[in-house]
Amino acid sequence: MIEFIPDWLIAFWNWFPVDVQTMAIILGKIILILLPLMLAVAYVTYAERKIIGYMQVRIGPNRVGPRGWLQPIADALKLMMKEVILPTQANKFLFLTAPVLSIAPALAAWAVIPFDRGMALTEVDAGLLYVLALTSVGVYGVIIAGWASNSKYAILSALRAGAQIVAYEIAMGFALVGVLMASGSLNLSAIVESQAGGMGSWFIWPLLPLFFVYFISGVAETNRAPFDVAEGESEIVAGFHVEYSGMAFAIFFLAEYANIILISALTSLLFLGGWLSPFENVAFAQGSWLAETSMFWFFGKTAFFIFCFLWFRATFPRYRYDQIMRLGWKVFIPITIVWIFVEAVMSVMQWGPWAV
Amino acid sequence: MMKAIAHFIKSFTLWDLLKGLSVTGRYLFSRKITVQYPEEKTPMSPRFRGLHAQRRYANGEERCIACKLCEAVCPALAITIDVAEREDGTRRTTRYDIDLFKCIYCGFCEEACPVDAIVETHIFEYHFEERGTQIMTKEMLLEIGDKNEPEIAAARQADAKYR
Repeated sequence: MIEFIPDWLIAFWNWFPVDVQTMAIILGKIILILLPLMLAVAYVTYAERKIIGYMQVRIGPNRVGPRGWLQPIADALKLMMKEVILPTQANKFLFLTAPVLSIAPALAAWAVIPFDRGMALTEVDAGLLYVLALTSVGVYGVIIAGWASNSKYAILSALRAGAQIVAYEIAMGFALVGVLMASGSLNLSAIVESQAGGMGSWFIWPLLPLFFVYFISGVAETNRAPFDVAEGESEIVAGFHVEYSGMAFAIFFLAEYANIILISALTSLLFLGGWLSPFENVAFAQGSWLAETSMFWFFGKTAFFIFCFLWFRATFPRYRYDQIMRLGWKVFIPITIVWIFVEAVMSVMQWGPWAV
Repeated sequence: MMKAIAHFIKSFTLWDLLKGLSVTGRYLFSRKITVQYPEEKTPMSPRFRGLHAQRRYANGEERCIACKLCEAVCPALAITIDVAEREDGTRRTTRYDIDLFKCIYCGFCEEACPVDAIVETHIFEYHFEERGTQIMTKEMLLEIGDKNEPEIAAARQADAKYR
């Protein structure tokens, strides 16, 4: 590989100080993660419209480009050219800070996501904690957007979103405690590695209730249907981003979909063994690509969970607000606590992932 | 008691949710019924009531005899007619305006007409770009009639035995 690069380029590269080189490499990695992520976000919106359309016996967008493939590009161009309207009574600084606050954590969390063995921007030992912290920060964007808009609908939605995310954050945290107990590490790569050994040793089996709690809480955390009371088109118009237009609105949109992808990726890392192959120890797959670990397994598992998000949106009616609160506080938190206790028993008895 | 246990098991296995998901999952693969409009169109009844037209007889004479029955029956008062005697002594309209903003496309004018002069065609794809252009004058109506006479006649023919 290295001999293909001309000498003058290597000389040019070596001319830079080491600090600048490190910085450039990190920046390159960030771009390598973010560009495909943005593209994925764009095409998740397309997939959403297409899949929900298919489930409603329609065909969805098919006019822009072949089979509608350029639709998300057209949408993005349209939003970029629109004016960002500032409401006269709004707090301008907070109004424009809110979209940034909502997208920044959704993107920053990708720093610790390992795509393949050793393929992560940073190997943070407290990676899981970092991800949990950043996904919680996302709600500030929503609350500030609701408050700064100086609109009744926006503030109502911000309050709803705040209460909902607080409720589900706890259940989510407890579900992650379960993963932590099973893997014995907060490092996401280590968590994946501790699930090695084929489909049977994934954490989804010993932690099945926690898996459901985590994924459903993830749906609630991203304010997606059926937990989208914060948007509530039929009651509060569009919720916290009702006053936003143009690119400011588009950033909220990007943040929502980036969060969907993030939650899907995390679910596949924590419960489905991330980049590990499901056929690792299966006889017929030995020696072929099926038994290999690869990031395509990770992408496939993530894609499945993204599909689930869209599937849920096409299937379930919106929860009533008090039902959301009941589910969060009175169902999920007890389930997780009970299962953490069960896990403790399992680990003492050395069952499942604790077998010596 | 048994009911409570059954409910408990059902809700914790997410039974109802999975049932809902299976329904949408089935529809994901079902045949799509979308009609892609400009390229595909749904079939249209011969009784379809679209844009208006005035017809002529085969010898080129306009059918309308200015009897004003359509003006009288129009529930939306969309039709305005002025009458005068032509040089040959026949009774003809000097003005026959239909305000398409007022018109509700009920088809009463067509039913009232004793000579089948005013008809509603199959044309439904039209628009106005300037204020005032929504008023169809006699000339415009006759022009639409001349252009679409074969189709208009065919639709009347198809529906004739039910009238």
